[in-house]
Amino acid sequence: MMTTTTPVKAEARNLSFFYNGGNHALKGVNMPLYENKITALIGPSGCGKSTFLRCFNRMHDLYPGNKYEGQIVMHPDNTNILEKSVDPIEVRMRISMVFQKPNPFPKSIYENVAYGLRVRGENNKRMLDDKVEEALKGAALWNEVKDRQQDLAFNLSGGQQQRLCIARALATDPEIMLFDEPTSALDPIATANIEELMSELKNKLTILVVTHNMQQAARVSDYTAYMYLGELMEYGDTDTIFTRPTRKETEDYITGKFG
Amino acid sequence: MNPQPQANTLKNLDEVRAMIKRHKLNDYIFSIIGLLCLMVGLLTLLTLFIDLILSGYPKLLSASFYTDFPSRRADSAGLLSALVGSSLVMLVTFFSAVPMGVMAAIYLEEYAPKNWFSDLIEINVSNLAAVPSIIYGLLALGLFVYILDFGQSILTAGLTLGLLILPVVIVATREAIRSIPIAIREAAYAVGATKWQVVYDHVIKYSFGGILTGVIIGMARAIGETAPIITIGALTFIAFLPPSPITTAAPFLNFEWLSSGFTVLPIQMFSWLSRPSEAFHVNAAAAGVVIILVTLLMNGFAIRMRYKMRKNIKW
Repeated sequence: MMTTTTPVKAEARNLSFFYNGGNHALKGVNMPLYENKITALIGPSGCGKSTFLRCFNRMHDLYPGNKYEGQIVMHPDNTNILEKSVDPIEVRMRISMVFQKPNPFPKSIYENVAYGLRVRGENNKRMLDDKVEEALKGAALWNEVKDRQQDLAFNLSGGQQQRLCIARALATDPEIMLFDEPTSALDPIATANIEELMSELKNKLTILVVTHNMQQAARVSDYTAYMYLGELMEYGDTDTIFTRPTRKETEDYITGKFG
Repeated sequence: MNPQPQANTLKNLDEVRAMIKRHKLNDYIFSIIGLLCLMVGLLTLLTLFIDLILSGYPKLLSASFYTDFPSRRADSAGLLSALVGSSLVMLVTFFSAVPMGVMAAIYLEEYAPKNWFSDLIEINVSNLAAVPSIIYGLLALGLFVYILDFGQSILTAGLTLGLLILPVVIVATREAIRSIPIAIREAAYAVGATKWQVVYDHVIKYSFGGILTGVIIGMARAIGETAPIITIGALTFIAFLPPSPITTAAPFLNFEWLSSGFTVLPIQMFSWLSRPSEAFHVNAAAAGVVIILVTLLMNGFAIRMRYKMRKNIKW
C-alpha cells in the first residue's frame, strides 16, 4: 500500500484539459507526485498521458486555444502552476522536460547543456563550465564527451543525444523532471542506460514519466497511473498495480489483452 | 540427402511478364517526353546565351569595356557607370528589403495571432510577389519621387527594387523558419526561454541559410529589372560616377551618392540596343552576357551558402 509518510511534491486537482477545437483530453484527474519518486503514466495511445505530462510545464500554452481547468499545485510553496498569473516560463524553470525523440540543438555539446543557464542570463565562463560538467556527470555522459565538448551534438549516437537532453534538463536544477516516452526511439542498451539514469536522478528530483512500455514502468517506477480516455483509472504503487490491480481494465491492459 | 519436395502451384508466368513489360513501356515513354520538355527549355536558353556571347565577345574580352563610361562612339563605350550604378542600387535594395522582410516574416511566423486577419496578410504577401514590376515603378514614381522628393536617384531605385523583392524575402524567410522542427522550439521553450530568446538563439540562426538563399535569389531578380527603373527615370547616358560612399576624412562615410543620378546594367543594355548602329549591338550583347553572368554567380553563391549552412543541421 501507499506509504503515507512520503511527501507530495506536486498534485493535480480535478485537472481537465481541452485542446483547441474542444477535444476534452483530460477529465478531472486527481493525482499526487511523490517527492524523489518516479511516477509512470501508462495507457493506450490517445489516452491523454502525454497531454497530462505536458500540463506540468505548461507546454500547451505554446499553441493557441488550449484550455486548462482545475489545478496543479506545487509544494512546499502551494503555487497553482496553472494559474493565469503564473508565468509559464517560471514553471518551466522549475520543471524541466525530456522529449520522446532526442532533440538537441544544432549547437555544440557544451552549448546544448549550457543553454538553460544562458537563458537565465548566466554568462560567467567558470560557472557555466562547472554546471555543464556537473550536468553531464549527472546524465552519465561526462566520460564519453569530456574531451569533445565543442563537437556538434548531432555527432553523438541516439542514446548519447538523449542523455545530452537529460543533461540539458538537469543543468538548471529542476525540482521535477518530465520524461515523455524517453526511450521509444532508442535501442535496448541505450534504453537500459536511460532507465538506470532515471533511478539515480530520483535521489535529486521528482520524476514523471510517460511510457508505452509496460516492462519499463514496472522496472523503473515507484508509482504507476493507468489512464484511459482522459481519465485516471487507477493509481497506486507500482507493485500493487502490476500484481493486484483493483480494476479489470487495468489488468487487461497490463496483461496485454487490450491496448 | 532426400530431394526437397517442390511447390506445385504455378501462376501463369508469361501473363505476369507481359503485364510488367506493358507497365514498363509507360516508364519509358514518360521519360522520353520529360526529357524533351526539359531540352526545349534548356536548349533555348543555352542558344540565346551562346548567341549573346558570340555577338558580344569582342567587347567582353576587352578590359576597357568595364572601365569606360558610355560614349557616342561604340568602340570606346563602356559599362563602368552601369556597373557602379547597379552595385550601389543593390546595396540600397539589400539594406532596405532584408531587415524589413526578415523582421516581417519573423513577426508573421512567431508572434502574429492566427486569425482571419493574419490569413489575409499571408495571402496578400504571396499576391504581392506576383504584381508586375512596372506597377512597383509607378508606385515608386508617385511615392518616392513626387511625394517624398527623393528624386530620380539611387535611393529611389534601391527602395523600389527593395519593395519589389520584399515579398520574395518574406516568403523565403517564412519557409526557412517553418523548416525548423517543432521539437527544437519546444526544447528551447522547455528550459524556460522566452519567445525572443527562441527567435534570437534558434530561429534566426538555423534559418539563416534559407533566408540568405531567398535574399540572393530576390537580388538576382532585382538586378535584371528594367521596367520599374525606367519608370522612375533612370538616366541612359551617364559619364560620371556617384560620389564615393567611403571617404578619406572622418566620418569616412558619405551618403551623397544616394541622391545621385544613375544608370543600371539592363538600362545600359536597352539604350545600346535601341541605337540604329550595328556596332552598339555588340555592346548590348556583351552587357547582356554580363547581366546573365552576375545573376548566375549570385544564384551559384546562394546554392553554395545553403549547402554550407545545412551541413551542420540535420533534421
